[in-house]
Amino acid sequence: MKKTNIIIVGVGGQGILLTSKILGYLALDMGEGVKVSEVHGMSQRGGSVITHVRIGDDVHSPLVDPGEADYVLSFEMLEALRAEYFLREGGVLISNTQQILPMPVITGSAQYPDKMPETKNAVLLDALSLAEEAGSARAVNIVLLGVLARFMEWPQEKWESAIEACVPPKTLETNLRAFRAGLKG
Amino acid sequence: MKKLMIGNEAIARGAWESGVKVVCSYPGTPSTEITEFCAKYPEMNCQWAPNEKVAVETSFGAAMAGARALSCMKHVGVNVAADPLFTAAYTGVNAGLVIAAADDPFMHSSQNEQDTRMIARSAHIPVLEPADSQECLEFTKLAFDLSEQYDTPVFLRLTTRLAHSRSPVEAGERKEKPLREYEKNPGKYVMMPGMARKRHLAVEAREKKMTLDADSMPVNRVEMRDKKLGVVCAGVVYQYVREALPDASVLKLGLSYPLPEQMIRSFAAQVDQLVVVEELEPVFERDIRNMGIRVSGKDKTGLQGELSAAKVRQLFGGGAPVPQEPALTGRPPALCPGCPHRATFFAMKKLNLTVFGDIGCYTLSALPPIGMMDSTLCMGASVGMAFGAEKARGKEFSRKTVAVLGDSTFIHSGITPLIDAVYGGASTTTVILDNRITGMTGHQQNPASGKNILGEPAPQLNLEALCEAIGATVRVCDPHDLKQFTQILKEETQADHVSVVIARRPCVLLDKRKKEPCHIDACHNCGACMKLGCPALIKTEKGVVIDRTLCVGCGLCKQVCPFNAIQGGEA
Repeated sequence: MKKTNIIIVGVGGQGILLTSKILGYLALDMGEGVKVSEVHGMSQRGGSVITHVRIGDDVHSPLVDPGEADYVLSFEMLEALRAEYFLREGGVLISNTQQILPMPVITGSAQYPDKMPETKNAVLLDALSLAEEAGSARAVNIVLLGVLARFMEWPQEKWESAIEACVPPKTLETNLRAFRAGLKG
Repeated sequence: MKKLMIGNEAIARGAWESGVKVVCSYPGTPSTEITEFCAKYPEMNCQWAPNEKVAVETSFGAAMAGARALSCMKHVGVNVAADPLFTAAYTGVNAGLVIAAADDPFMHSSQNEQDTRMIARSAHIPVLEPADSQECLEFTKLAFDLSEQYDTPVFLRLTTRLAHSRSPVEAGERKEKPLREYEKNPGKYVMMPGMARKRHLAVEAREKKMTLDADSMPVNRVEMRDKKLGVVCAGVVYQYVREALPDASVLKLGLSYPLPEQMIRSFAAQVDQLVVVEELEPVFERDIRNMGIRVSGKDKTGLQGELSAAKVRQLFGGGAPVPQEPALTGRPPALCPGCPHRATFFAMKKLNLTVFGDIGCYTLSALPPIGMMDSTLCMGASVGMAFGAEKARGKEFSRKTVAVLGDSTFIHSGITPLIDAVYGGASTTTVILDNRITGMTGHQQNPASGKNILGEPAPQLNLEALCEAIGATVRVCDPHDLKQFTQILKEETQADHVSVVIARRPCVLLDKRKKEPCHIDACHNCGACMKLGCPALIKTEKGVVIDRTLCVGCGLCKQVCPFNAIQGGEA
């Protein structure tokens, strides 16, 4: 498979690490080379979180460089704006339209930016509502994974078995519904 | 079948395959998961130690007694463990002893950017640097072999991007290691001057031998490509170099101390230009220059932050400047909704106290709107600093000052300075934020948790009895009883003795009690609750609203609302 670079961003607690773990598992299952870079620790307390997923045979660096991402998967609008510069020419932005206010906005010392992403290839959707319909507001990440699956050439059952391998068994049904909601659009 | 593992998981697997019996560590990002993964293997006895010094002493004792042992820590933890480590380099080990030390370039979760390779050089301890998860596993096994072969502790040095990056790993099976013979050998293990002088000679001889052997170790390798540019590198930086400069010749260092001198000389002689690409300190560059070889690198990379393929391409391959992140409203991390630390620091703000702090989630209270931390140096530092400030500015200053630290960091290194304060006749006030867990690193048990690393019941340290035995006056209060907690804080800061106030309330992420979220009926928009800095409270033009998906119903906002406009949540 051609080298594929994916950036996943959102707010600490939105399930970003789980999403990159599923993608990594899936890529390996499909026989691809893969590297995933995560950040643990301080940034998980409601701060911006970013993970890098690189798929392909001759991937060396675990990091996606700015201007080289094929996809940016964003769980929140401000984080989408922040991560857009990772996209290559023609890259695709997939973002949840939810806004989560950062502390400087909550306390009134800063404004939530009043602008839209500049990327032409953007899929913006209310993933929170779709996740709630699927059974849990926490499944936003899997809804977005479903949207990403529309663009990738891997079969649906492979995606679903990767989800099954990575999520807690109790949440599997909800997560599969969330994935299919994202996939269908 | 290959499995995707973060570097830390692969190290745990490597330790298991090496026949390790004892793992003793203190948590610290980005090293924590190594020990957590180790604990999943029943063949290894794993424990969270109170601090890194105890961790290394325990592992050293195990190694001296004949079992392979591992200690894991972040870079600053190596400072705490330095005392036993520097001398363990003299005594040598019996069974293998490996220290996994994780550096944090760019300080994703740290207070400085120190470089373990520098410490290793002054301690005369060899260093292995893996470059992906597969190497994490293999180099861990090699580290134990080298430790026994050369009779020395060995550092396994990681950086954040290695520790927390996943790549495919082909795992193997465990090879049991029978206990090595334990022999009484004071000349080797009792480091009095007469014995230590002889052992220092042994250190020198070992290092000379290892330097010669390094030239033929397969973990150091030359990849000759275009001879115009030759790059010396190690660890994850090797991956950046391969990606950015695919045509360059590369000398990849696996053993990054001591350096393979002849290999470097011969590589340097074959290339037109020799550069070192390394994060943090110019460690390789200086060593190579000291060999009399023309080399550069730090003039371009600088001392700060992380490298990446794009940066290496820009600096050494004539690539375009790396695009910068747009300047947008930041999203700093914040205390969780319901976090007990919020109430504690709110009370301190009310009393307008000077707050000496240390390292933990509560360090986030230095940020607006709470903004209540005057210092963060290292774990346990606050207690001694408050005493020092009193020595400098007198008891009047102490009446408006507190030292703050967590239960875990108090046990880590806050006990001795408390003894010192009592012994020195101080009147300082220490607040122990006792949430019963090591929170920031992701909930590791500690001696005050009442549980061990496996979550099984364990003897629970009695903090009150300990502090009383030291001679401090002890008060215990749930900080969510804001009124009483503030009163206690006021009394104890005013008192003319050493006090310890234990602010006791479990970490909200571990609090399983389900509570209704709070709600606001008729907000006067006075802004009193907004001073709490709770992510669930959102200011709108019509008044404050509560985000029900974030609110955990702790009820702290109810206590500070002067109009009783907030209902629900904890009674």
